[in-house]
Amino acid sequence: MATSVIETHELTKRFGNFTAVDRITFQVQPGEIFGFLGANGAGKTTAMRMLTGLSRPTAGEGIVAGYDVYRQAEQIKRRIGYMSQRFSLYEDLTVRENIQFYAGIYGLPWRSIRSKTSELIERLQLGEVARTLVGSLPLGWKQKLAFSTAILHDPEIVFLDEPTGGVDPITRRQFWEMIYAAADRGVTIFVTTHYMDESEYCDRISMMVDGEIRALGSPHDLKTQYDQPDMNGVFLQLARHSERS
Amino acid sequence: MRPLRNIIQKEIWHILRDRRTLLILFGMPIAQILLFGFAITNEIKGADIAVLDRAQDIHSQAVTERLVASGYFTVQATVHSEPEIEQLFRTGQIKMGVIYPSDLGAHLESQQPVEVQFIADATDPNTATTLVNYGRAIVGDYQRELAPLAQPPRQIQTELRMLYNQELESVFLFVPGVMTIILMLVSAMMTSIALTREKELGTMEVLLVSPLRPPLIILGKVIPYVLLSMINTLLILGLSVWVFDMPIRGSFVLLFAESLLFVITALSLGILISTRTSSQQVAMMMSLMVLMLPTILLSGFIFPIESMPQPLQIISHIIPAKWFILIIKDIMLKGVGWAFIWQETLILTGMTTLFIGLSIRNFNIRLS
Repeated sequence: MATSVIETHELTKRFGNFTAVDRITFQVQPGEIFGFLGANGAGKTTAMRMLTGLSRPTAGEGIVAGYDVYRQAEQIKRRIGYMSQRFSLYEDLTVRENIQFYAGIYGLPWRSIRSKTSELIERLQLGEVARTLVGSLPLGWKQKLAFSTAILHDPEIVFLDEPTGGVDPITRRQFWEMIYAAADRGVTIFVTTHYMDESEYCDRISMMVDGEIRALGSPHDLKTQYDQPDMNGVFLQLARHSERS
Repeated sequence: MRPLRNIIQKEIWHILRDRRTLLILFGMPIAQILLFGFAITNEIKGADIAVLDRAQDIHSQAVTERLVASGYFTVQATVHSEPEIEQLFRTGQIKMGVIYPSDLGAHLESQQPVEVQFIADATDPNTATTLVNYGRAIVGDYQRELAPLAQPPRQIQTELRMLYNQELESVFLFVPGVMTIILMLVSAMMTSIALTREKELGTMEVLLVSPLRPPLIILGKVIPYVLLSMINTLLILGLSVWVFDMPIRGSFVLLFAESLLFVITALSLGILISTRTSSQQVAMMMSLMVLMLPTILLSGFIFPIESMPQPLQIISHIIPAKWFILIIKDIMLKGVGWAFIWQETLILTGMTTLFIGLSIRNFNIRLS
């Protein structure tokens, strides 16, 4: 087995007396689509913030892309991509300007920015709206654009924070095809979601309840283990005794 | 430095594409300077008065002529009874009434005390006081002319010289004030809004996850506003020099450098506000309440600090605008140099350092 691209050992985050993330331990393999599931407030976002260098862990160990989350946040940031649940594009900038801006902040050379921008616009078939302000695009297009800009600098891992909120099922399906394509190119996908049906698309998932990882494995294994027909059943069984929801 | 240029470029796109921001940025300074310069003035010109002349002699006519000739008064009505004056006050047609007694001429010639009555509309106390004083002075002058020898021998004559602003142009007072407010507004409010907007949209998160260092993000976002503020400074100074003949007696370079310092002070306040808020609405309200109101009320721009109660005077010391207004007045009107303003400059520098330090601390707390 190849070395893991994300590795945590008893990673913990406390805010005062409140333990948001409680000693989570897991590994993610290169090219894997790793689903990070849990109800709102279960600690998903805090865990992700620790892995992306936005938040310092209170205790435990964390290695992302081979770098330590405590001391090497800068190196980690160069090797990861991030897409937030609000798609985080600038609505008053055009499609082309958005792509160029995000490519630019990763310090890509100008020539590379230009070729990558044109290539991306062509691949997403956005040629006709390249000069249109992003604000006037349909949600699904924005989502694809946001994902594409998040992986424009060829990161090893891309973190997706509830990327499919508010999008219709067909667009969601298309979006997952993009995720598969990226994973096939070797990009590791770390995705949080609370759509349980979506978790079936992941290679492996972890279920977070009250800051702890209660279950970890492939969707098939988890369904067998908890004897449930779908992931929703698994989740309900695990979250039944949650103190936070 | 490509990423920095990227952020600056993006911020300029934001500004140029937001018509409302542009309008605020450039329309407001021009509108305010012109408003304060032309419309709002402490001087009184051609105030409407009513005259009740019971004397009807050469003296009463001469005094009325002098009132009009002074330029301060215009005779709006000649009336025949006191209730008529009252009526004119009620309808707001006059600012002052003048009543000459029937024995005016006789008493003046026999050198007995005489009473000319001024009635003023004190709903506006400042104007009323000014008008009555002008009127009293004009009557006094006339009296002295009539009987130059009757002057008491030991009368003290006062001689007035108004330094630095001999014509008492109120625009000389307003330009520094308006400039201060505009720079405060553009620099602090606009930056706090621009920064919180990124938080609100969630784009700040993406920037923070990128390899960009937070100071670079803020620097990139703030630089366009520094440029805009300095353009505004030139615009306001240009208007005040060419339209209102306001002098710049001191060094222009020094004035410009001090303006830059104040812009940075305001920007650091804007950044500080943005570290405490996460929505544009709150940022705007905080800028208005915490910055604009004290700047307008406590900086000495409209209300003289000397006449404030002690606690407010103390508070005024922590208003950056107060120090900046002092600096501008010193340089523009008094024409003094560095030796006279280094203390104010030091205070502003200290405040700026404090604000930036607090911003960094807040930022770190938020990240941890």
